[in-house]
Amino acid sequence: MGDRAYRWITTGFALVIPVLLGLIAISVFSAGWPALHKFGLGFFTSSDWDPVNEKFGAAPAIFGTIVSSAIALIIATPLAIGVAVFLSEFAPRWVRQPIAFLVDLLAAIPSVVYGLWGILVLVPFLRTYVMPFFKETLHLGDTPLFAGAAYGPSMLAAGSILAIMVLPFISAVTREVLLAVPRSQREAALALGATRWEMIWDAVLPYARSGIIGGVILGLGRALGETMAVTMVIGNRHEISASLFAPGYTMASQIANEFSEATTDLHVSSLMAVGAGLFVITVIVNVIARWLVWRMGRNQVA
Amino acid sequence: MATARAEVLDSAAQPMTETPVRATATTPVCLAVESLDAYFGATRVVRGVSFGVQTGQVTAIIGPSGCGKSTLLRCLNRMHETIPGARVEGEVRFDGRDIYDPAVSAIGVRRHIGMVFQRPTPFPTMSIRDNVAAGLKILPRDQRPSKRETDDIVEHALRRTALWDEVHDRLNASAVALSGGQQQRLCIARALATSPTVLLLDEPTASLDPLSTQRIEELVYELRSEVTIIIVTHNMQQAARISDRTAFMLAGELVEYAPTNAMFTAPRDPRTEAYVTGRFG
Repeated sequence: MGDRAYRWITTGFALVIPVLLGLIAISVFSAGWPALHKFGLGFFTSSDWDPVNEKFGAAPAIFGTIVSSAIALIIATPLAIGVAVFLSEFAPRWVRQPIAFLVDLLAAIPSVVYGLWGILVLVPFLRTYVMPFFKETLHLGDTPLFAGAAYGPSMLAAGSILAIMVLPFISAVTREVLLAVPRSQREAALALGATRWEMIWDAVLPYARSGIIGGVILGLGRALGETMAVTMVIGNRHEISASLFAPGYTMASQIANEFSEATTDLHVSSLMAVGAGLFVITVIVNVIARWLVWRMGRNQVA
Repeated sequence: MATARAEVLDSAAQPMTETPVRATATTPVCLAVESLDAYFGATRVVRGVSFGVQTGQVTAIIGPSGCGKSTLLRCLNRMHETIPGARVEGEVRFDGRDIYDPAVSAIGVRRHIGMVFQRPTPFPTMSIRDNVAAGLKILPRDQRPSKRETDDIVEHALRRTALWDEVHDRLNASAVALSGGQQQRLCIARALATSPTVLLLDEPTASLDPLSTQRIEELVYELRSEVTIIIVTHNMQQAARISDRTAFMLAGELVEYAPTNAMFTAPRDPRTEAYVTGRFG
C-alpha cells in the first residue's frame, strides 16, 4: 500500500517536468503566433524593427545570436581543449584538482557579474588595445570585418565575454571524455613509437572527437541563450553589420531589453515569437550535443 | 640494424638459466635480459629474471595468472614504465645497448620492438589503411615513406597477416567494422608495417574464438622467419604448438627456460613439471 502510494507520488513529480516543458512551449508559441501569422517568413528575414509603425523583423537579432555565439566558440574551443588536455594528460595530480576546480568556478559566477566586468574592464580593454591593434597595427581598418568606429560595446565584446562564460562547460565535458579514452588506445599508440604528444594527437583526441564536439555544442547552447552579460556589452542596436566592432543585438538581449516597454499586442507577440525561435534553436542544439556525448559513451572499442 | 643485431650480445651470449641450450648455441641472441626487476610502486612483480631471446625464433612465456609474464614482456619495449608508479631495474640488451640506458630513447626502442595486446586495439576513427600506416606516419620526417611507398607497405603488411584478400576492396572502411580476429590481425599488420626487429605478443588470442586463434597461431608460425617473436600465453598447448623455446614463470621468477620440446617432455624443475602436467595453474 505504502509502496504504491510512493510510486504514484514520484511518478507524478517526474511527469511535472515534461508537462511543464510542454506548457511553456505551447504558451510561447501561441503568444508569438499573431506576429508570425502577420509577418510570415518575413519575420525572420526582415531587418525592420519599428514598434511605432508596428513593423517587426527579427533578422538582426538572429544574426547577432549566431555571430556572437560563433565568435565565442572560435575563441573558447581551442582554449578549452587546451585546458582539458593539460588537465587530463599532463598536469601532475596535485595541480589537476585545484585548476579543474577553478575552471568549474568560472561557470558559477553570476551572469550579471560577467556583464559588469565586461562593461568596466573588457570593453575599455577592447577599445584601448585590441581594436586599435587590428585597425592600426595590422592595418585591417578598411576590411569589412574590422570597419567602423571602435566604440567598445560590440559583437566582439559579446563574443569575448561569451567565450569566457562557455569555456568551463566545454572544458569540463572535454576533460571527462578524454579521461574516458581507454588506456588500451593510449598504449596502442605508444607501442608504435608515438611520443606523448603524438599519442594525444593521433589516438586520444580522435577517439574523443564526437564527445568533444558534443561539449562544444553544449557550450553553443549556453552561448545562444545567454542574456544578461551579452545585453550589457553588445551595444543593443538592431542592425546587421559585417564588422566585429559594430554594436549588435541578440535574440535574448532583445527580449530582455524590450519586454518592459512593449505596449502594443503585436510588439509583445513579436518578442514572444523571437523567444519561440530561440527556444527551438536551443532545444535542437542541446539535443544534438547530448546525443553526441551519449554516443561517445557507447562507442567503446575493445 | 640487421648486421648490428648479430653482435648484440657477445658478452651475454651464454644462456642465463641453468638449462644449457646447446642446440641453439649458434643462433645469435637478439634480446638479452639480465637480472631484471619490475615494480608497481613497492611491489616487485618480476624478480631477477635473466634470459636470452634467439633471433628468428618464437619464444613463449607461460605461467599462471599474475606470475608477472605480461609485465616481463612489457619491460622488453619499455611499455611497463608508462604506468604511473611502475619502474624497472636491471638490463635488457638489444642491438648492442641496454634499452634502459639513459641515452636510449623509449620511443626508438618501441619502433624496433613492436607490440600487440590482449584485446585488439584498432584506432576506431581511422580507416583500415590508416590503421596499418599509423606507425609510419609518426616516423621521423626523413624516414617517413611517401604516399606511394606507404600504400606498398600497407599492402605488404596486410598480405603478411593474411588480411589482404579480406579487406583489399575496403581499405577506406572503418577498422571497427572488422571482426575481432580480423582486428587483431590488423593490429599485427600495424606493428609489422614499421619493420620491427622483434614483435611482442601479449596473449594475442585471449579474446578470440578458436578459429581466429588458429589463424593467428599460423601467422606467428610463418612470421618467425622475418621477425623475432616473443609471445605471452596462458595456453600451454599454444606455447607447445608455435614456440621454439619456452620460459616458465612463477611468482615473478623465471623458473625454467628451455627448448619447447624439452620443456614439455622433460622439464627439469618439479614446479615446471607440475604446471605443464596441469597439476596447478
